[in-house]
Amino acid sequence: MKITLNWLKQHLDTDATLDQITDMLTMLGLEIENVTERAKGLESFVVGHVVEAVRHPDADKLQICTVDNGTDTQQVVCGAPNARTGMKGVFAAGGAYIPGIDLTLKKATIRGVESNGMLLSEREMGLSDEHDGIVELPADAPIGASAVEIMGLNDPIIDIAITPNRGDCLGVRGIARDLAASGIGTLKPLDAAPVKGSFESPIKVHLDLDADHADACPQFVGRYIRGVKNVESPAWLKDRLLAIGLRPISALVDVTNLMTIEHCRPLHVFDADKVHGDIHVRMANDGEKIIGLDGKEYELNGEMTVIADEKFGEAMGGVMGGEVSGCTAETVNVFIESALFDPIRTSTTGRQLNLQSDARFRFERGIDSAFLEPGMEIATRLILDICGGEPSELLVAGKQPDRSLSIAFRPSRIRGLAGVDVDELEMKRILNVLGFEVSGDGETWNVSVPTWRNDIVGEACLVEEIVRVHGYDKIPMAPMQRADVVPHPAWNSDQRRRADVRRALAARGLVEAVTLSFMTHDQARLFGGGADDLKLVNPISADLDTMRPSILPNLIAAAGRNADRGIADSPLFEVGPQFSGDEADAQDIVATGIRSGRSGRRNWADNPRNVDVFDAKADAIAALEAAGAPVDKLQTMSPAPGWYHPGRSGTLNLGPKSILAAFGEIHPGLLAKMGVKGPIAGFEVYLDNLPKAKKGKGTTRALLQLSQFHPVNRDFAFVVDDDVAADTLMRAAKSADKDLISDVAVFDLFQGGNLGKGRKSLAVNVTLQPVEQTLTDAEIEGVSDKVVAAVEKATGGTLRT
Amino acid sequence: MENAENLRNDLMTAIAGSDGTDALEAVRVSALGKKGSITQLMKSLGAMDPDARKEAGQAINALKGEVAGAIDARKAELEGAELDTRLMAEKIDVTLPVRPQWDGRIHPISQVIEEMTAIFCEMGFTVAEGPDIEEDWYNFTALNIPPEHPARQEHDTFYLPGEKDGHRKVLRTHTSPVQIHTMQDKEPPIRIIVPGRTYRCDYDATHSPMFHQIEGLVIDESTHMGHLKGCVIDFCRAMFQVDDLPARFRPSYFPFTEPSAELDIGCTRAGGEFRIGHGDDWLEILGCGMVNPKVLENCDIDSTRYQGFAFGMGVERIAMLKYGIPDLRTFFESDLRWLRHYGFSALDVPGMAGGLNR
Repeated sequence: MKITLNWLKQHLDTDATLDQITDMLTMLGLEIENVTERAKGLESFVVGHVVEAVRHPDADKLQICTVDNGTDTQQVVCGAPNARTGMKGVFAAGGAYIPGIDLTLKKATIRGVESNGMLLSEREMGLSDEHDGIVELPADAPIGASAVEIMGLNDPIIDIAITPNRGDCLGVRGIARDLAASGIGTLKPLDAAPVKGSFESPIKVHLDLDADHADACPQFVGRYIRGVKNVESPAWLKDRLLAIGLRPISALVDVTNLMTIEHCRPLHVFDADKVHGDIHVRMANDGEKIIGLDGKEYELNGEMTVIADEKFGEAMGGVMGGEVSGCTAETVNVFIESALFDPIRTSTTGRQLNLQSDARFRFERGIDSAFLEPGMEIATRLILDICGGEPSELLVAGKQPDRSLSIAFRPSRIRGLAGVDVDELEMKRILNVLGFEVSGDGETWNVSVPTWRNDIVGEACLVEEIVRVHGYDKIPMAPMQRADVVPHPAWNSDQRRRADVRRALAARGLVEAVTLSFMTHDQARLFGGGADDLKLVNPISADLDTMRPSILPNLIAAAGRNADRGIADSPLFEVGPQFSGDEADAQDIVATGIRSGRSGRRNWADNPRNVDVFDAKADAIAALEAAGAPVDKLQTMSPAPGWYHPGRSGTLNLGPKSILAAFGEIHPGLLAKMGVKGPIAGFEVYLDNLPKAKKGKGTTRALLQLSQFHPVNRDFAFVVDDDVAADTLMRAAKSADKDLISDVAVFDLFQGGNLGKGRKSLAVNVTLQPVEQTLTDAEIEGVSDKVVAAVEKATGGTLRT
Repeated sequence: MENAENLRNDLMTAIAGSDGTDALEAVRVSALGKKGSITQLMKSLGAMDPDARKEAGQAINALKGEVAGAIDARKAELEGAELDTRLMAEKIDVTLPVRPQWDGRIHPISQVIEEMTAIFCEMGFTVAEGPDIEEDWYNFTALNIPPEHPARQEHDTFYLPGEKDGHRKVLRTHTSPVQIHTMQDKEPPIRIIVPGRTYRCDYDATHSPMFHQIEGLVIDESTHMGHLKGCVIDFCRAMFQVDDLPARFRPSYFPFTEPSAELDIGCTRAGGEFRIGHGDDWLEILGCGMVNPKVLENCDIDSTRYQGFAFGMGVERIAMLKYGIPDLRTFFESDLRWLRHYGFSALDVPGMAGGLNR
């Protein structure tokens, strides 16, 4: 919302400076977007009269101008095509700074002719890009007067961000009222006295609305003015509109724009001679078409309000007038509409028609339901002043809706809710200046809400009004103190787990990424997603249209992008949500990671290898361990989800149905579809599937039992079939003597040689930890026999000899 | 005993002259071995008469001790020299780089959320969460944003096809619906913060369709705007590590708070460099207010008894301001160069004992 300082001062009597006013606006909740002081730096430029302009003897495009600047006469060499004898322009004297071209003027000699000063274009003044010629000032501008004053530029423009609740401040007067309440000035009285009409309007208004739609337009105030001349608006009016970025069109149109901006009272002016019969306010017929003032055709439906004559729809109520019955330079008789339109209907209509307008912006925020007639009177006066004519009597259809609201207000709530003390007299003063009426005294007051404040609905609103005007800066800060003596953690155990997993993975060299929760539908399908209920209705683009079923594709795509930038190896992870449905319990937090390319950078000491399934498995186990899962009880199972290599992947389970993680090399076929070069190994740790952390578990550890006897290690190699899982062999070995065997490790895997096809040799190192006494050779022999027997039984293999 | 004296001299010369441990061992064997010269002398004692044997025995023992000591000393000397020689031969170029390891990183968003959590934890807040896919009742209606409210249009909401009890499924546009879930599930007093993903249908230089917010909610019988002011201003001072950071609390509007406010903090752009702290300019940092009684009632909380405040701010924005990260969109591009540059070490855990930052 743009206003100018002088426009504001037309309603606010104040001595405050521009800075004081803008600071106060901000502290009232009317946030300043910016302030433009167009005259700044241009104050020294004066009206110059070109007494004579003659062709430069040595240059076709230059003229030598003799300029009277009010104090003396200067010779100026000027290149502007429109410089001519008798004109008035903007004169800058020698020594002046020219902002548009960043130049300080010096006496100069141009092609042998001396030049003192300059006649300026708009671009040179820094006002616009206009540089086709110099600025031409009106013929009656006094020579030597301040140029910016003549140009109407010494009025700063204030741009204010109005919050959606403050529809009343979408008019200059509403802003002035807030400032008056702050004590920075006083609100000037408004002359909205009735204009006496001399005849009855020949056009009548009918509200043809059934009970269901009566609120679409509860009241319509009209007036006929005959014999107007739709002239060009006077300079003050054009300057005002231009300053805030509106293009002056004609006096009648400009007056309606002025009323919108100044009083938040959108009006419409019909060319009365183009109206067929009376005006009817009705709901549109489905498919009815109206050409708006913007020249575009709009197709309406039965829930949109139309201002119609007896033949056609003429205007879209609350949104925009129509072109057909609009005013032109030839208009002689006019009919003015000042009506009230329903905020929600106006908003819906505007949205459905994709049509924004100053009127819609105001009606949808709710305008003053008591200002239809005063607005009409002010507008009538303006039109009579500028365009002449003879007004009809006022015509009122419908009646002002009763929206009177009285709120029980306890002054003690200022202290209780806002934490600040405000004198009760000051509370009443603030409310009164803002237009509230206060009755009653004591603990509870009755406060009636002015018709322009649709946003005020309860006691808390009144607290805000009083405190914001009193000043939020006066609220003393109170510290937030912990309620408990013993500090409790901010995180619950699940949240703590996620943080721990993040840091554990980062410590393993993985880099945390945060990727978007949505992705392209095709890729979502590759990862088990893409269901219709997870496809966005209005995606930002087609490649971001589906909620991700897995984080892997985003990380894989990121690895592809990094590879395109020359970074071949991408160790990435993300801990975040993935979606299997649109219900809350279908959102799972998953720690997902990948490693791509090689196991490390090439270096002189080691030879990096391709990443493989065991990198992913190690990461998954590390993540699970960080999350506090019982990793010693994990079982490695298969199959893993289909996006993994079917032979090089698995899951980590606590029992067949409790899958805690999946890991593996990513399916090469899928990488090819995604256009990303492999190998990539990845893992997904389903943190929500982990057993819940035990609550209230003590901090005491189990007592450490240290054996005083030396552990014994024995190696065994078994020849088994290829499809025997190492895990099966290790479990069998371990189960041979649960008391003595503390660890089993695989230290060699061998295939080929003389083993024959389909066979492999697995070598394990078994650690025996005696507890009660040192083992004798016979005892060790006995355990070894049990290990061999157990393994051979479980695997069908034989001890390799 | 002249023989013994000669033998001593010979042996000592041989020990001193041996140039390696092998040569020395040969000398030892020649003197102290089974057939060694001193061993032979010892054997010759048996043939002597007792007096002579006693005298000769003492002399031979002395000689044996002296020779053995000399051999040990020479051995240590020779071994030391041999070790020195071996070590010199083992010399390598230690300027070679170490075996490389991947260097992991924590994303700035995670880091900043942890920093914020550490500060609010000190004020007694706990972390609450809610789903990213919401019903529009939780995202809007319950928060006093009815369907036709202008604020609803300004939210650029992503919609999903689903519906539940006539409520459309949306991607939450702010973390505020978690306020509603919390108030429905829990009796006051409530003191929570809610970090999380949020979504708006907007994508340009300063907007990403997904971003993060952190929300705060306090509900009890006595918390007022002074506490709100204390809470958010103290937070900013701790977060940006400026004890006397200028702060400006000014009125604003949010449908779910009444009164509503925005917090600006001091900053300067002097010399073309942006800095948080004392200066001539203000920077909007968060929105807040006292919870609107209608919101309390929508959650079946008695608004005549309970009151409190809520606040919300953008996580990326805070990260950008604190760490000088220039572009919002880069947060989600997973460019390893960016992640390694702006990310944090795994050990850089924010906390009150060690500080928010190293």
